[in-house]
Amino acid sequence: MPLWNPDPTFYPSARLAMQAPAERHAFVSALNPKQKGSADAICVVDVAPDSPTYGTVVGRVEMPNEGDEVHHFGWNACSSALCPYAPHPHVERRYLLVPGLRSSRLHVIDTKPDPRKPKIVKVIEPETVASRAGYSRLHTVHCAPDGIYVGALGAPDGNGPGGIMVLDHDSFEVMGRWEVDRGPQQLAYDFAWHLGYDTLLTSEWGTPNMVENGLNPELLVGGKYGHSLHVWDLRKRKHLQALDLGAEQQMVLELRPAHDPTKAYGFVGVVVSIKDLSASIWVWHLKNGAWAIKKVIEIPPEPADASKLPPALQPFKAVPPLVTDIELSLDDKFLYVSCWGTGELRQYDVSDPFNPRLAGTVRMGGIVSHAPHAKGGELNGGPQMVEVSRDGRRVYLTNSLYASWDAQFYPEGIRGWMAKVDANQEGGISVDPEFFVPFEGERPHQVRLEGGDASSDSYCYP
Amino acid sequence: MRDAWPWLALVLLGAYHGINPGMGWLFAVALGLQEKSRKSVLQALLPIALGHAVSIALVVAIVGGVAAFAPPRALRTGGALALIAFGLFKFIRPRSHPRWVGMRIGKGELALWSFLMATAHGAGLMLFPVLIALPASARADHAAHLHHVAGGGSIARDAAAVLVHTAAMLFVMGAVAIVVYEKLGLAILRKAWVNLDLVWAVVIVATGVFTLFT
Repeated sequence: MPLWNPDPTFYPSARLAMQAPAERHAFVSALNPKQKGSADAICVVDVAPDSPTYGTVVGRVEMPNEGDEVHHFGWNACSSALCPYAPHPHVERRYLLVPGLRSSRLHVIDTKPDPRKPKIVKVIEPETVASRAGYSRLHTVHCAPDGIYVGALGAPDGNGPGGIMVLDHDSFEVMGRWEVDRGPQQLAYDFAWHLGYDTLLTSEWGTPNMVENGLNPELLVGGKYGHSLHVWDLRKRKHLQALDLGAEQQMVLELRPAHDPTKAYGFVGVVVSIKDLSASIWVWHLKNGAWAIKKVIEIPPEPADASKLPPALQPFKAVPPLVTDIELSLDDKFLYVSCWGTGELRQYDVSDPFNPRLAGTVRMGGIVSHAPHAKGGELNGGPQMVEVSRDGRRVYLTNSLYASWDAQFYPEGIRGWMAKVDANQEGGISVDPEFFVPFEGERPHQVRLEGGDASSDSYCYP
Repeated sequence: MRDAWPWLALVLLGAYHGINPGMGWLFAVALGLQEKSRKSVLQALLPIALGHAVSIALVVAIVGGVAAFAPPRALRTGGALALIAFGLFKFIRPRSHPRWVGMRIGKGELALWSFLMATAHGAGLMLFPVLIALPASARADHAAHLHHVAGGGSIARDAAAVLVHTAAMLFVMGAVAIVVYEKLGLAILRKAWVNLDLVWAVVIVATGVFTLFT
């Protein structure tokens, strides 16, 4: 049904969205690592402190098939519906589009009228995705002003190219492939945009064949995983520029552009450098009419006793930080960096994006440290997916990466958990000792907050 | 006095189109905010009004052209049915229009955008009952009496209709854009932006029904 006023969760600018009320529910994708007998799910976690069921799973909806590997997901509509060139904000933020990263199946889940009882209302089968868009292994979902964009790791045969497909934002039908001219781009992972500059960016992980059976050491040592960023003309759907970080920078993953559309910069994380096992954060930016990229943060590996390391890491006698997700607060002030290997969450003040300042850090889990949580005891896995509330005060973390890679870095088996970190607006973070959600037998991945979060919406106004 | 109402209606519909964020003022404000300049807001207004005027002129020309050979009753009924059908379509699919992404556009593209949006939303179509009620100019009246041709030779009148409507649209659009840019800020959108897509569809259907039965 059309609304009379714009959806109250839509904000013209990130600045205004920071005044949004605190979220009451979190939707969490939960992978079921057992191959047979049970499917993945979207879980609903109560995150309202005044609720008797605070900090527990209060609802769930299971996927109709096994083995989807639910991973990232996103909303049907968001603040971009207010963009001036196609403004139709009288629609509801209501449906979650949940792809299976392994199955390529796309589920549409209705979160209303009761967010604790989400229902699957539509399923798009992989064959439809393949025939209409030529893509497979669906990953990132973003609500654009003109449709819903869904990123894919590769082609149906498991090779490249990966790319983006567009869905109609009313019917959720697959409209087709987004790219008109992809230039040299083959590898894909995340995508993001600067709406104020008509610019889209994509990052690189690997093709499905390069990642599905686990991290391949030969490909890694050979620098074959993704190490570039691609810049595109959002209007013409054309590749403009490839920004190569260097072959030693392996796996260029999460893209976090500034939320203010007048700012032409953003942050991207690199999982590992094959030179020294460090991880890094880079800033892309517009300089004299062309895009450029610069390393601004480097996180070194931590020396470790080989006997405490999984076989793949023993020769190095060190734990790599493995930066697998980053998140930027809505005021573009704080960047959160999860180090899944060392089990650390770092908060950087990035008010000056070229000179980040480490403002806070907490430890949870980690390959060697297994740093404990007051309520959850000794943890394994580490901070992985990071989600920040719209007001910037709460940071939610989950600990699973990707089933076949979990097994390499945490061979004892990831015990799933979700935790919360409180963020001081002047800088500094601390683990909330009261909030800990164990996921028995399941592995949580992305968190989406009811009403929106710091990576769900894009804005056309400063 | 009876002859004045269509002109008044053109002005009011111009104001209505001007106040609709989807017809352009919001785009002007966005361009101003992106460039951090009030001048950018003002510079966007004329191209948007121009695109709107061309869309309106297109409908005026079509109505004039059809009126040149179709009997008035058939024109009225055909137009009314087209309005009702279009209004119902807009009711069901309010977001259906050419897909457009892009903030960094020149003046020509801005005019093109405005033309496409006005056309796709049926801005000109909405004027239909007013257009067929416009009093013919003296010469056209004379010609109509002689040749039984309604609307022929009334280019001046048609041009005046487009101008009057567009001037009202430009005035209201400009006023809203400046007040929002300078004073109110965009937070106002969250509360004050009622579903004009819905109102728009209802107005078009109502216009069709009105035309059909008058």
